[in-house]
Amino acid sequence: MLPELGQFALILALLLAGLQGFFGILGPILGRDRWVAAVTPAVAGQFVMLGTAMACLIYSFISNDFSVLYIAENSNSALPLFYRVTALWGAHEGSLLLWIFILSCWTVAVSIGVSRMPARFAARVLGVLGVVSFGFLLFTLLTSNPFTRLDPPAPDGRDLNPVLQDPALAIHPPILYTGYVGFAVAFAFACAAMLEGRLDQQWARWTRPWTTAAWAFLSCGIALGSWWAYYTLGWGGYWFWDPVENASFMPWLVGTALIHSLAVTDKRGLFKSWTLLLAVLAFSLSLLGTFLVRSGVLVSVHSFAADPRRGIFILAFLVIMIGGALTLYAWRAPQLKSQAGFEFGSRESFLLFNNILLVIAAATVFAGTMAPLISDALHLGTLSVGAPYFNPTFMLTMLPLAALVGMGVQANWKRGRLGDKQRMLLLTLVVAAILACITVFGIYSHGKILTPVAATLGIWIILTSLVDPIDRIRRKLSLSRSVVGMTVAHVGLGLFVLSLTTVESFTLEHDVSLAQGASTNVGAYEFRFDGVKPVEGANYQGVGGTIRVFRHGEPLTVLYPEKHEYYVQHTTTTDAAIEMHYGSNILVALGEDLGAGKWSIRIQVRPLVNFVWLAAFIMAVGGVIALSDRRYRIAKAAAEVPVVTGAAGEQAR
Amino acid sequence: MNRFAIPLGVFALLVVVLAIGIAHSPDKGTIISPLLGKPAPEFALPNLLDASQTVKSSDLRGRWYVFNVWGTWCYECRAEHNTLLEMRQQNVVPIIGMDWRDTQADALGYLKQLGNPYELIAVDRDGREAVDWGVYGAPETFLVDDKGIVVYKYVGALTPEVWEKQFLSRLPPRQGQTKS
Repeated sequence: MLPELGQFALILALLLAGLQGFFGILGPILGRDRWVAAVTPAVAGQFVMLGTAMACLIYSFISNDFSVLYIAENSNSALPLFYRVTALWGAHEGSLLLWIFILSCWTVAVSIGVSRMPARFAARVLGVLGVVSFGFLLFTLLTSNPFTRLDPPAPDGRDLNPVLQDPALAIHPPILYTGYVGFAVAFAFACAAMLEGRLDQQWARWTRPWTTAAWAFLSCGIALGSWWAYYTLGWGGYWFWDPVENASFMPWLVGTALIHSLAVTDKRGLFKSWTLLLAVLAFSLSLLGTFLVRSGVLVSVHSFAADPRRGIFILAFLVIMIGGALTLYAWRAPQLKSQAGFEFGSRESFLLFNNILLVIAAATVFAGTMAPLISDALHLGTLSVGAPYFNPTFMLTMLPLAALVGMGVQANWKRGRLGDKQRMLLLTLVVAAILACITVFGIYSHGKILTPVAATLGIWIILTSLVDPIDRIRRKLSLSRSVVGMTVAHVGLGLFVLSLTTVESFTLEHDVSLAQGASTNVGAYEFRFDGVKPVEGANYQGVGGTIRVFRHGEPLTVLYPEKHEYYVQHTTTTDAAIEMHYGSNILVALGEDLGAGKWSIRIQVRPLVNFVWLAAFIMAVGGVIALSDRRYRIAKAAAEVPVVTGAAGEQAR
Repeated sequence: MNRFAIPLGVFALLVVVLAIGIAHSPDKGTIISPLLGKPAPEFALPNLLDASQTVKSSDLRGRWYVFNVWGTWCYECRAEHNTLLEMRQQNVVPIIGMDWRDTQADALGYLKQLGNPYELIAVDRDGREAVDWGVYGAPETFLVDDKGIVVYKYVGALTPEVWEKQFLSRLPPRQGQTKS
């Protein structure tokens, strides 16, 4: 009965989302405050219904109810309890339900946050979110119902895809989706502002903490995904420019631009129409990502079920949401005028360049992701775009961006003169260059042309970001949370640039075939292959190799890479052995059995790769610190008002 | 001209591309199998109807056959069952079934109730064989030629229309006369 209850709850949630969208958007337009007052209860009701649906599906997973098609396809009675729960988002239908549930969580949070704002504006924000939710619920119920029954029930399930049986991946989708979906809030604020014609700075102030929160989650989600790929896919790569990765990376790039342009709009009242466009774009790219991943238009390693019906539905939804928002934009944006100007060299100008570069970066990723599709549509044959395109084009925009950060944080608002800061900037640049050269030529002795340049920029970003805060601390002046947050995020960025440069310049990778007892040298390390023996786990069997690592003749460690074949799905996974030494990750993975005791083995030494992910988390932490700033407290004080009183309705007029 | 309408125009172009992408995606689904144009996997599996016999790929060499992966637990398979029975009646090409991850009793009961469209039924109890065929989910149906090469793969429930358009059209003329 529970799956039916879950399905019923989904249908009720659909109706409530419809009401939320209808009352939220039409109420303020027609000036009916009773309609406006009905929006918040609809939000709460929808949340309860979606929570019920989630609980029903989770319970069915835990109790191994293989009469539910989705569970029969994605779980197994031998699967550990933890993965039986996370199997919920192991495939298309459950992922969608999770997406909608997370949207509902955001909406509830927004409904609390907006309760101190003008009621009609709040209703519009929630109304737009209701329309998004309605579209996705309709999509789920019509094309991707997770509660579809299987008759007769399967005796056992087909098991969760083995590569998804990993703790990092188990938590990766919820965090990633929280980021993805969070941009819906910025989108809703932008649409509400355009619908109301209330295009002052106020909406930007209100939107900032939400956008920063979504961005922080997205940063963590992408980093976790990359970390998971490195540890689980087993071949030592950490970023593949795969369409699904790009789908989450494009909103991140535009979201980063949005955070910065919101700051300008909030503080200086500039870039108003641009900020609106970015808010629409960030979420549009999230939706487009969903389309690309879910419709099967692009084939990727992440591909789920390819169903053209789903594609058509999502496309229609895209046309309504993005097309609607952009039409609104084309209508409202011309009414905007910026009162203030700014000089070249002012902070505004640097943030403008930041925005331009980030949007260009997003556009190049977009072009690369869409190129196979466009080439196919024009009958130009199958085209595959990979790292040889993405790496250089991405660097082309990221290096200038990195160079601007150092100056940007030191620049003044409005005025272009850097004044006495010029000396400091030059000094830090020289220090950074010296440090970078010591690192590049001292420790690693070789490198590419851009290696010292990029390393210098990475260090420069860290130094310039820290100069002002350290100065203020020394003079015992207070630091606002947003400044601390910004500093932390920029230090994270500097560390990111530095570690990425090191990884890309100094990774050593050798694919060798070794007989038992043979050894090979990679960098300063010697690897000796001591053969393989069979291994067995709860739901797999396989082989485990033994590889002894020596450094300068001294035994350093022993690595045990494995290959697993899972019983139910018969998928083979490569379980690489990874260990960190002197900041480098040593990775050893078993390839193919070449017969006669010989194996192909991949050996990889990646310096500082752990810092790439660490840097992403530091950036996210910076975002979290910034959004706790006092300037957003209006929203925070309102959080103590209970939702159920319908604060939004009482404040009408 | 309203420069703020440019994003809308770009988006409209994008929609066109995406729509063409969707229109193309069904035929993409069929080229996905890496087996196409390659030899079908070799197999020797127990016969469902007679456990003492084996169904061997080598015995099938020299004639075209349809290889259908099914299971009693698979409800799409029920949907295509009538089509399979019809195909059997036309007797154009033998249908080799592979009962995938099933129990003997369930499979026999299912065939007794719905009728048996297969000339031979191989049993893949633990799902090992299905991996070699790259089966993602039942039902999946392959067309294999007389040299043992996979000519076509269809994912999902067969319909008379699919049978006519995708399978019959690929078969050489007079295939029906070949005797086993």
